[in-house]
Amino acid sequence: MKALAARRQDRRAPLVLLLLALLLTGAVYAVVAPPSADASAPAATGDDVETGRQIFQANCSTCHGPNAEGTEWAPSLVGVGAAAVDFQVGTGRMPMQNSGPQVLAKDVQFTDEQITQLAAYVASLGAGPAIPTEEQVDPAGGDPANGLSLFRTNCAMCHNAVGAGGALSEGKFAPALLETSPEHIYEAMLTGPQSMPVFNEATLTSQEKQDIIAYIEAQKEPSPGGLELGSLGPVSEGVWAWVVGIGLLIAFSVWIGAKSS
Amino acid sequence: MTTTTTTPTRTGRAAAATADYLDQRTSVGGAVKEFARKVFPDHWSFLLGEVALYSFVTLLISGAFLTMFFVPSMAETEYTGPFATQEGLHMTEAYASTLRLSFEVRGGLLMRQIHHWAALIFMASIVVHMMRVFFTGAFRKPRELNWVVGFTLLILGLAAGFTGYSLPDDVLSGNGLRITDGVVRSIPIVGSYLSYMIFGGEFPGTDLIPRLYTIHILLVPALILALIGLHLLFVVLHKHTQFPGSGRTDKNVVGYPLFPVYVAKAGGFFFVVFGVLALMGATMSINPVWNYGPYDPSPVSAGAQPDWYMLFLEGSLRLMPGGAEVVIAGYTLSLNVLIPAVVVPGLLFSLLALYPFVEAAVSGDKREHHVLDRPRNVPFRTAFGVAVLTAFFVLVLAGSNDLIATHFRMSLNDITGVLRIAFFVAPVAAFWMTKRICLSLQRKDRELVLHGHESARIVRFASGEYIEVHKPLDEHERWLRVQHEAIRPLEIEPAEDARGVRRKGYRSDALKQRVSRWFYEDRVEPVTPAELVAAHSHGEHDALEAVPVEQAPQLTGGGRHLVEPTDPDAGDRRA
Ligand code: HEC
Ligand code: HEC
Ligand code: HEM
Repeated sequence: MKALAARRQDRRAPLVLLLLALLLTGAVYAVVAPPSADASAPAATGDDVETGRQIFQANCSTCHGPNAEGTEWAPSLVGVGAAAVDFQVGTGRMPMQNSGPQVLAKDVQFTDEQITQLAAYVASLGAGPAIPTEEQVDPAGGDPANGLSLFRTNCAMCHNAVGAGGALSEGKFAPALLETSPEHIYEAMLTGPQSMPVFNEATLTSQEKQDIIAYIEAQKEPSPGGLELGSLGPVSEGVWAWVVGIGLLIAFSVWIGAKSS
Repeated sequence: MTTTTTTPTRTGRAAAATADYLDQRTSVGGAVKEFARKVFPDHWSFLLGEVALYSFVTLLISGAFLTMFFVPSMAETEYTGPFATQEGLHMTEAYASTLRLSFEVRGGLLMRQIHHWAALIFMASIVVHMMRVFFTGAFRKPRELNWVVGFTLLILGLAAGFTGYSLPDDVLSGNGLRITDGVVRSIPIVGSYLSYMIFGGEFPGTDLIPRLYTIHILLVPALILALIGLHLLFVVLHKHTQFPGSGRTDKNVVGYPLFPVYVAKAGGFFFVVFGVLALMGATMSINPVWNYGPYDPSPVSAGAQPDWYMLFLEGSLRLMPGGAEVVIAGYTLSLNVLIPAVVVPGLLFSLLALYPFVEAAVSGDKREHHVLDRPRNVPFRTAFGVAVLTAFFVLVLAGSNDLIATHFRMSLNDITGVLRIAFFVAPVAAFWMTKRICLSLQRKDRELVLHGHESARIVRFASGEYIEVHKPLDEHERWLRVQHEAIRPLEIEPAEDARGVRRKGYRSDALKQRVSRWFYEDRVEPVTPAELVAAHSHGEHDALEAVPVEQAPQLTGGGRHLVEPTDPDAGDRRA
């Protein structure tokens, strides 16, 4: 403090303060800003594509073929677009490891930068859906009430009314959406991973996609009614009624019955 | 109780004067005195009916609150209110008023949640109470009619739950009504007419919710109330049953007088039940209708299920293979709906309603029973009850198959396949296993009575022989294990009388006998006094097991079978 106070007199002081403030802003921005904010397609450079190609050949070509043209085990990635790569790799589904009814999400294997590079490489192979911009996926820009209507007619039959997840045939399932980032929600609709249908601009406009994101975000707030019991509906309520309700009441009955003898 | 010796206080005198005033005008005193001297035996399982009663009272109280704000109308409106995800949506007045109740009425959400939890607990306690009555044989003469009253209460409870669940007009309740519509339509010939009649035209129409409302808040509760009255009147008239024990017979009731002990306990118990329900309502979300949104026939979400007591119907529909539709002369017969939604529950419920009468017929038992059975002593009944419960449970699992699939990472198709088989196999297996367990427990009882408790004290004789010292049972323990009577299959008169003329009722008697054999063929007779004496006098236990039961004097019963079994081995078969 003393040193600062002493420098007050110095004529260079305003300059130093300005510099400090700029540095601080920069540091805060670097910490606060979403890491993949700059991942949108236009930022890709020729270098990115080249590095992406190298990462791809090291990690993905065994299944997708050296030029992503597809093999008998995995589909061609020509034309799937940057959004598909960002979703598949960004949720840890790719590179695929398990062999079950459905490719599962797991820990993400690559850094954000590498994902951007992979996406740039795949996007360079053929036109496809690009990674959405930050404004496109911002929940604040959507109308949650319209989102509820759209979600009910387009998504709830697989993902449950509030996105708690649901079963499909043969061990496949639609996962819970409550942990998924807005960006990945948007990309999932855009690219339709595995058993999920594609919702392109004709079925859901980008504004409608944003409404859906706003609705899913709203589900992360605590329920007005108390504990949500997994948001699974009447079955879990029934289990709780039997376990907690009848359990407690029988315990009390036994206690009262025992008191007499 | 001893206030007669103390000088009455002023309030005491006032109370006495009021009581006297009332008594002189209504002569209610006699009834009160009579009632207060009723004795009620004590056992925790006798409180289960009370849990049902008190959750019903809670339903009445919380329901009365809800009626003040709920609007039973299917008129369209646009929502404006504090809940963002519903803003501007089109919905019925019924749904909008449910949202208003939840978010704007002070305490409204708490009341809604208490009401719904109370409904789940009401049905659950009815089922547990019914299980208690069934497994202990409390439905036997003279209580068969009260069983029927209770059964009607169960059905009315289902009706109350279903109509209430359908009132808020959210997507789930609409889904339920759509299924109901489908089920009604599957009934041959009258189906479509019935559906038009119920919905006042094409589903969903605009009449249904006002109609359901009348049923839910007036008709069904009034009937339940009246029948509970009758039910309890019967309990008072018959007096309560009691578990077997020394000093307890079919001719007495051992317990506490209703007043003051029992009344105090029961009164306190109301607050316990209410407290548990209020706690659940205050902390646990139930039926968050705003998650499902206003009803619209197009969406059906994953995890769409009815409340637990209807889940078996949902499961039954889910298990039935589709495609079981036949077209006869241009008319479609939807067996794929009719069988799971009408025939299966019809069978399950008829079995329940009629069981006491079937048992009375095939046991030939016409005596009154006020001492309960220990479930092990009636293996067929116990096993039958467990089998019905197992079938019910398989259907409940089938109704939750999608949640089982996601939560245990299994294939939906495999679960459905396994449960289809289990629906037929599991009840049979459960029946067989339960019966075995009952018979083994009875044999264990025989063992104990004859040999006493193992004391873990080993004694060595001078000859080198080791024996374990057994501590004989005390009288109470012994009585508990020998007081019952093993019912034997019916014996009937021969087909032809002495002059070779065919007897009239022979056919139906023969059928009864066949069923009776199925009920009572396998049994373990309780130890007789003669066996006991023998066991204690020479201790040659192994030889004793072979004593044919018919030759030893009976401890109880006997004399009611017209003909003693001729085959001495038939009595104590233990296959
Ligand atoms: C073990 C084999 C395997 C590896 C390794 C693998 N994938 Fe895949 N990938 C698959 C299969 C199989 C599918 C098709 C799954 C499906 O969606 O049904 C797939 C699908 C995809 C899709 C979605 C295609 C579409 O139509 O939307 C993308 C994008 C993708 N992979 C990218 C990658 C990238 C990038 C890598 C390397 C980091 C990679 N994969 C590594 C097997 C693999
Ligand atoms: C036919 C059923 C179906 C429908 C309809 C459907 N989905 Fe999906 N969804 C799936 C399946 C299956 C997956 C898992 C795909 C995978 O793991 O590759 C999935 C995955 C997702 C994911 C990725 C979740 C994660 O983090 O792992 C999101 C987000 C998603 N869906 C959103 C939506 C939205 C929003 C809609 C409605 C516009 C929708 N889905 C409609 C079946 C469906
Ligand atoms: C609205 C639901 C019901 C209420 C409020 C209710 C209430 C009661 C109460 C308070 C008792 C006396 C205490 C006890 O034994 O638990 C009783 C006894 C009895 N209940 Fe229920 N009950 C209901 C449903 C049923 C059902 C579904 C059945 C069977 C089908 C049934 C059959 C009986 C019988 C046979 C008795 C006499 C038991 C005995 O004396 O041992 N009740 N009921």
